Amino acid sequence: MINRQLKFAEAIHEAIDICLDRDRSTYLMGLGVPDPIGVFGTTKGLQEKHGKKRVFDMPVAENAMTGVALGSCLVGMRPIMTHMRLEFAMTAMDQICNQAAKWHYMFGGQSKVPLTIRMLIGRGWGQGPQHSQSLHAWFAHIPGLKVVMPSTPYDAKGLLIASIEDDNPVVFFEHRWLHNIHGPVPEGHYTVPLGEPRIVTEGGDVTIVAASYATLEAIKAGRELEREGIKAEIIDLRTLVPRNDAAILASVRKTGRLVVVDQGTLTGGFAGEIVARVTEEAFGALKAAPIRVALPDIPTPTTRALSNYYYPPPAISSRPCTGRSG
Amino acid sequence: MPQESRLALYRSMLKIRRVEERIQALYPEGDMRCPTHFSIGQEAVAAGVCKNLRLEDHVISAHRSHAHYIGKGGNLRAMFAELYGKVDGCASGKGGSMHLIDLSVNFLGCVPIVGSTIPIGVGAAFGAMLQDRAAITVIFFGDAATETGVFHESVNFAAVHRLPVLFVCENNLYSVNTPLDVRQPGNRTIAELARGHGIETSQHDGQLVETVDAAVVDALAHIRNEGGPALLEFITYRWLEHCGPLGDLHLGYRTQAEFDSWATRCPLRLYRKVLEDNGLIDDAAHAAMDTKVAEEIDDAVAFARASPFPERSELSRHMFA
Repeated sequence: MINRQLKFAEAIHEAIDICLDRDRSTYLMGLGVPDPIGVFGTTKGLQEKHGKKRVFDMPVAENAMTGVALGSCLVGMRPIMTHMRLEFAMTAMDQICNQAAKWHYMFGGQSKVPLTIRMLIGRGWGQGPQHSQSLHAWFAHIPGLKVVMPSTPYDAKGLLIASIEDDNPVVFFEHRWLHNIHGPVPEGHYTVPLGEPRIVTEGGDVTIVAASYATLEAIKAGRELEREGIKAEIIDLRTLVPRNDAAILASVRKTGRLVVVDQGTLTGGFAGEIVARVTEEAFGALKAAPIRVALPDIPTPTTRALSNYYYPPPAISSRPCTGRSG
Repeated sequence: MPQESRLALYRSMLKIRRVEERIQALYPEGDMRCPTHFSIGQEAVAAGVCKNLRLEDHVISAHRSHAHYIGKGGNLRAMFAELYGKVDGCASGKGGSMHLIDLSVNFLGCVPIVGSTIPIGVGAAFGAMLQDRAAITVIFFGDAATETGVFHESVNFAAVHRLPVLFVCENNLYSVNTPLDVRQPGNRTIAELARGHGIETSQHDGQLVETVDAAVVDALAHIRNEGGPALLEFITYRWLEHCGPLGDLHLGYRTQAEFDSWATRCPLRLYRKVLEDNGLIDDAAHAAMDTKVAEEIDDAVAFARASPFPERSELSRHMFA
């Protein structure tokens, strides 16, 4: 039993702090990293503690700076990059997808790229079309990248330490609406292995798969279903790549029903990938067609009058499966 | 310059030329199945730059990289094996001509996305600085790379942190088949453009290997003594098609007269004349040097051909470290 409660953002901060303490080759950079706000508290005070050489701000040049981080890996460094919004990292897709993802493979395994790139996903307060996209499916589509998206403070710390200590490029997603949630977090160093989903609640009627903030929505949906007498088994993916699907397949073989809740848009999204895997591997176990609950294929509107329709409330997340299983 | 240094400069150019001529001869056999970019005509830059580097200095390059790899001392057997797609290739056959690497001489790699290796080279220099190492990083790129945003982002960062980077721009006047004058304004040079970032820059004749050498000596002294990056622009000329072993004058994007004027300024021919005029080499000595280079190439080609292709198990190997 862990008594200590931390916010998700504090857990991120602690993970970075521990990694900077343990390994001199680790450094942290990103826009606003050393400023008084410290990327929503996740980097606050780290420059004062670890020095300007290891924790620093950078020019607004995300593409080059990703290349700089990668280049430093080639001589033995272990950088952490931070993007306050995922969209800023989109200017660095060449360095992330053409270079970092492929460097180890295309040079026959001679160099390694232990680069962790934090990307924050916004939501609410009119974040609008360019501050709120969850493009995890894009990165999962690129061989050579690991894709991590925790939903709890415990996992945030353990997965971030595991990501930083991993010898490969890792894209680490932090949903802004998770930063202020509390949860138990042990002190000191620990890791959560990349690739193992977490069973959040056990149930025999329907399997609900989600990741990152969508996991919280899945949990709320599960509570609504429970009031109707339906027991959902909720699985938090934690990492998209690598990923062990055994728990998902076992669950669907038990429940016969699958809903995937995805905080990204529907078409070409990651929910489709999970549905496809389950359909390929456990088709015979399905009692009903799997369901994807995702954002509509529309840019995020800024006005709350429209964003209220854009984001599915938990009731909508649960409605399709009540419909099918009724 | 000492006699031996002058001969070494020439030998380096000759080796680069002969290696590429051999690839040119073998390429039509269809066994080297990868896009291959030749730098015949541009050898003086690679030779003049690399002569002044130490083993611990890093080099990184782009798609037209054979000369830089050979100049830095990259393993020739591994290079040929890579072009043949063999398991003993410098990248286990997974890279090809556009992805040469030899970490034993700190040739960090090369990739064919124009401009893309510039920040990576800056990062290698940054990493070395964080580690308090004295290594200098040389980044080779072409004229078109200076049109990318990432070039300017990278030079800016190198300038802010006064990183030990030598940016080497081989301006061969064409990007694929597109001339410089439709891509960049004629009223400034690349060296002048880069100077706007607050770093030392200069433009030089890239056909004269001793001119290249002298410019590099000055630039490296500046980097080592005063700190901060420098950029050298060398005007040179590509003889062959953008990609592949053939000529391309029939395409009509450049004239025979233009080509001829550059062919008479072949860096090897120009320097051989200098060496002959100074009594440093005669026909017999040149033939002996040529024979030695040919033997090394023969050995590398034989090694590459004898090397096996990667097994099926290699396909998924090296996915993750």
